[in-house]
This record gives sequence, structure tokens and C-alpha cells, in this order.
Amino acid sequence: MAGDWQRRKSTSWRACWADPMLRDALLLQLGYNATLVAVGATLLGISAGATGTFLFLRKRALVSDAISHATLPGICLAFLLMVALGGDGRNLPGLLAGSALSAWVGLLCLNWLTRSTRLAEDAAIGAVLSVFFGFGIVLLTVIQTLGAGRQAGLEGFLLGSTAGMLWNDALVIALGGAGALALILLIRRPMTLVAFDPEYAAARGVPVHRIDLAMMGLVMAVTVVGLKIVGLILIVALLIIPPVTARFWTERSDRVVLLSGLTGGLAGYLGAAISASAPNLPTGPIIVLVSFAFFALSLLVAPGRGVLAAFLRHTQFQRRVHLRQGLLALAQGQRIYEPLTLRLLRQAELVRADGVATDIGRARAAKALRDEKRWEIVRADQTQEAAAALYDGLRDIETVLTHDQIAEIDRRIGSPQEVPA
Amino acid sequence: MIELAAREGRRLENDAIGDSPLAVRGLTVSYGQKPAVFSVDMTVQPGAMTAIIGPNGAGKSTLLKAALGIVKPLSGQVTVFGRPLEEQRARIAYVPQRASVDWDFPTRVIDVVLMGLYRELGLLGRLRARHKARALDCLARVGMRDFADRQIGQLSGGQQQRVFLARALAQEADLYLLDEPFAGVDAATEKAIIAVLKALKQAGRTVVVVHHDLATVTDYFDNVFLINTRRVAEGPVIETFTADNLQAAYGGRLATAQVDQLARVLG
Repeated sequence: MAGDWQRRKSTSWRACWADPMLRDALLLQLGYNATLVAVGATLLGISAGATGTFLFLRKRALVSDAISHATLPGICLAFLLMVALGGDGRNLPGLLAGSALSAWVGLLCLNWLTRSTRLAEDAAIGAVLSVFFGFGIVLLTVIQTLGAGRQAGLEGFLLGSTAGMLWNDALVIALGGAGALALILLIRRPMTLVAFDPEYAAARGVPVHRIDLAMMGLVMAVTVVGLKIVGLILIVALLIIPPVTARFWTERSDRVVLLSGLTGGLAGYLGAAISASAPNLPTGPIIVLVSFAFFALSLLVAPGRGVLAAFLRHTQFQRRVHLRQGLLALAQGQRIYEPLTLRLLRQAELVRADGVATDIGRARAAKALRDEKRWEIVRADQTQEAAAALYDGLRDIETVLTHDQIAEIDRRIGSPQEVPA
Repeated sequence: MIELAAREGRRLENDAIGDSPLAVRGLTVSYGQKPAVFSVDMTVQPGAMTAIIGPNGAGKSTLLKAALGIVKPLSGQVTVFGRPLEEQRARIAYVPQRASVDWDFPTRVIDVVLMGLYRELGLLGRLRARHKARALDCLARVGMRDFADRQIGQLSGGQQQRVFLARALAQEADLYLLDEPFAGVDAATEKAIIAVLKALKQAGRTVVVVHHDLATVTDYFDNVFLINTRRVAEGPVIETFTADNLQAAYGGRLATAQVDQLARVLG
């Protein structure tokens, strides 16, 4: 590490990086363990993001929370079993197998409750989640009183613990993640169809229930391989936040899957790097916070669905309405009381500071009133149905009708002098 | 079930299942303890347009969904072109009710139509230019070609219904089952849909529609199936769509205005 520090000091582009530790973490230069964690977190983020998208589209995002909490009893029971058999209770594949088994039992309970009783899914999720988690905590406490030397930090699975991550752990994550992605690639079409229109899917012979189970199986796989890095309490964030983030940027489900995997992977990588850059920064929670940062950014600035874009659209629309109303009021010689209307008219130099219309203002007002009369004719005319459908009180009539059509309407209204200016 | 049929004087074995596009025998569906559809027989005639009509809650949509295996019946048999349903899935196109899906789903109009080709594409088959061309052609048939790249949430109710119909057309099926396609749509859409359905009939396909507007039954359909939990009547519109049968199906639930309207239609 001392050598690293020397090298870091001598680099000339150090100024570009606020924190040399963070830079090295981002470049995977902080040693073996940090590199393993970063690679593992990236892979986990990608597979969790892609998997979570289908859950999100199926509107069953919270099922993942029940599944992840249901892993705890399995972890503890697997530990007890392995110790009872005289082995090392900390064997990771053994613990993961146990967690998968109890997550599956939890999922079956959940499915049974929703399908065969009158319980709604949200209530069933609450019941399964709390009971399994409670049972798991009881087992965890029992294990901690058994033999202090062998408890092996099972509680690390609650929030993840990357300190002692080994090559094998990374391998498990890589294989699990790759398997999940391969399955997604294979059944993406039926999963999309079931998420969008389950009745149509059933009518086409898609085994809806089995597809749902496969989707949950994917969630379970991601949860289990994610136990080591983010832990069972926070894995739900990696399954839900990336798809919600991706949804802001696209209107196509296949792109939501891709973007979600991308932001999930990026959050995993950045989060792992940040947590490695300083002592005592927990990996899992930092990853979750990074993915939340992506979400917050998207919520604000995404075009179309973002909050800012919606606000701008609304204000712009409001200004158009006020301006139009103001012009019509001017044309009819009515007093304008609305301060916003007056301000907009003044800004556009359509009225003077004292509220009297300028020349341009009078001309625009007359035009607005005339357009209203033209629209009246159009909307009363059965043969102009298509054009009339576009009437919104704001649109310039020239954008809808041709010059000749407008001239024809004007002929029917009469000469311009009859319109009060 | 057989005893019941015998009691009603119907002979099961003689029913013309044959190659009927959709034949239902003794179908009972129940949500909870109250049957929504009880011991219903239905034999759809090939190459014709059939309306399923009956009052609200009479089991019209349920009958359709059970016939397609979307809801699980308590008892009964369904055959499609004389064979079990599962073997004939590829020949059936279903148009569900518009309200059954979330229209804020991230997908474009063309993607919805392409869903009609998923079975043909298989799990990993590549989506090729000819598939897209076919989807666009189906959109053109319902007058929605210009909307192909729109997000589905931007469509009006009538346009959504036409997209659903285009998805069914993409399947190139032999039997089309539509659940209330005219509910809450504009006049232009109704006209467009009925034109497409009539063209399907011309091409020898069979069309079954859950329908709620009694005034248009004689204009649109060849056959009618009246249901109120039980089958009330079934047959050609001219013979079956009578005031007596309607009274039997609707009971006191037919509003006076509807009766007057029908009296005019039926002459």
C-alpha cells in the first residue's frame, strides 16, 4: 500500500480526481478483495436490474421483498445442519442452497395465500415476509448462543458483508448472474406478454402460472447470489430502483430491461468503488444509495416523464392559455383582472404598462377573435369533422386549414369591418 | 350433467359438434359458490358472425374466457374445429376487453401487434423485416398505420381497441373471439371494426363477439347466442333474435327505452 501511495503522488492528473483512493477503486487498483467485490457487485447489479424489470412490469415488485426475507430461516437451518453433520457451517454454497430452499417455500406460501384464499397480495406479502424473517431472527439468536467461535457472522447476510469475499464467492455471483441473464433472454417474450396482458397470454396457450413462477425463480436466484454483497434486507432496492429509473427514459419494454441492467451494473460498480475508497463504508447500502442517486436524477431531468419536463410543459401551456384569453378579452374590450395574463401581455408588448393595447396588441387581438369565429364555422360544419377535432382554443387556424379554406370561411363570416376590433 | 340435458329434452350425442369452430358442452363456471355460467351448450357455425348477448353479469365474457381456458371451468368440454382446445391454440385469435390491461405499459403500438406473432416467432426466433411488414399491414387494415411508433398510452379508447384487433389479425387465425369490442368506442372505430370483421367472414373465417348493443345485432350478425347464466336461445338472427327470447334472457332488466328501440328494429 505504501508503494501505491508513492505512485499516486507522482501522477500528474491527480487533480482531476477528488479522492485518490476513489480513483484507484474505480480503476480496480485497490487490491484483490476490492476488485472481486467491484466485479461481483457489477454483475449482481446487471442481473438484478434486468430481472427486476419484469417484476416491476408485472406490478409485483414487492414480492421480491417477501422472497428475500424468506431466505433467512434457510440460511440458519443450513448452518445448523452442516454443523450437526460435523462440517464447517460457513460453507457458502451450502448456505445459499438453504436460503434458496426456504425462499422457495416462502414463495409457494405467498402464491397459495393469494390464489386460494381471499387474501390480497399485499397482505399475503406482509404475512410471509414478517413470519419468515421473524423465524429467521429466532434461529440466528439461537445460533449465536450455541458456540461463539462458530457463528461465523451469519448476520452478515442481513446487510451483506464484503470484507472476507473470496474468489469462489465472486464465481458464485458470476455464474448465478449469467444463468439469470440467459433465462431472461430465453423467456423474455412470454414474460413481457404475461406482464402486459395475462388474459391474452393465457388465451394463446402461454402457461401464465409457470411463467410467473419462473420470474419468481429468477428473483430468488438474484436474491441468493446477492446475499453476500447487499444482503437480504436491501436486495429489493437493486431489483426495483433500476427498472423504475430506466422507465423514465424509454417507452419500450425491451429498452427498459437493457437500461435497467445498465444502471444496476453501474450502481453496483460505483457503489463498490466508493465503499472501498474509505474504511468502514458498507458496500450494500452504498450501492443502494448510488442507484437511488440515478433514480433521483432521472426523476428530475428525464425528458417526457421527468418532473422538470412535466413542470415546464405545464407552465408553457398555462402561458399560452393566458395569452389567448388576454387577447380575446382585449378584442372584446373587456377588462383583464388576472395578473399573470397582464404580465404576459406586457412582456410580449401587446399592452402598455397602463393596460392599454399597443398597435400590435390590437392587431393580434382582432386576429384571435376572428380565428374564434372561423373555428365556430368549422366546428358547426359536419364535413370538417377532422379539422374540428383539432380545436383546442389555442391552435392557430392556419396550421389546420389551407389558405383557400380560410378564405372561404371568411367569405361566410363577412367583411372584416364587421368584426369589432 | 347428462341427466340434466336429458331432462331438458336435449340429446347430447346428436349435437352437431362435427367441425364446428367452437363447440361447448355442459360448461359450468363459478366464481365462489354462485355459477356465472351454468351447464351451457354452444355450437358456433363456421364462416359466420355470431353475437353473444345477454344482460350485465349474465356470463357472456366468462363463457368466452372459459372456452379459451383463461378461467378454469368446474365442468364441461370445449372443442375447437372438432379437436381439443390445446391442440388448436394457433387457430384462435382473442381480443380481450380494452380495460383488462395497463395502457401505461412501456410499449409502442407496433410492439403490441407484434405480440400476435410471438407464438410463430418462438422463444428465440429473430424478428425480421417481414414480421414488421405484416404487423404494419394489420395496422393499416384497422386504419392505424400512422400510429405504429406511438406509445400506447397516447391512444384514444377506440384506437386502443383497433390496436387489439390488429394484434389478433396478425395471428392469421381461423376463429376470432372478441370481448365487447364496441364498448366505449367512437362511431368511426365501430365502423372500422365491423368492416374488418365482415371482411374476415368473407374470407371464410369465423367471428364470435360478446355484444351489448341490441340495436345493431340485426345489422352486424348472422347468428345470435342468448345467455343469462343458462343458455336461452341460439340460432340465426332472423329466427332467434325475437322479442320473446329477449324477454326470456333479460327478464325485467330490459329498460323500456331498449324495448321500444328493439320494437322498431324488429318491426
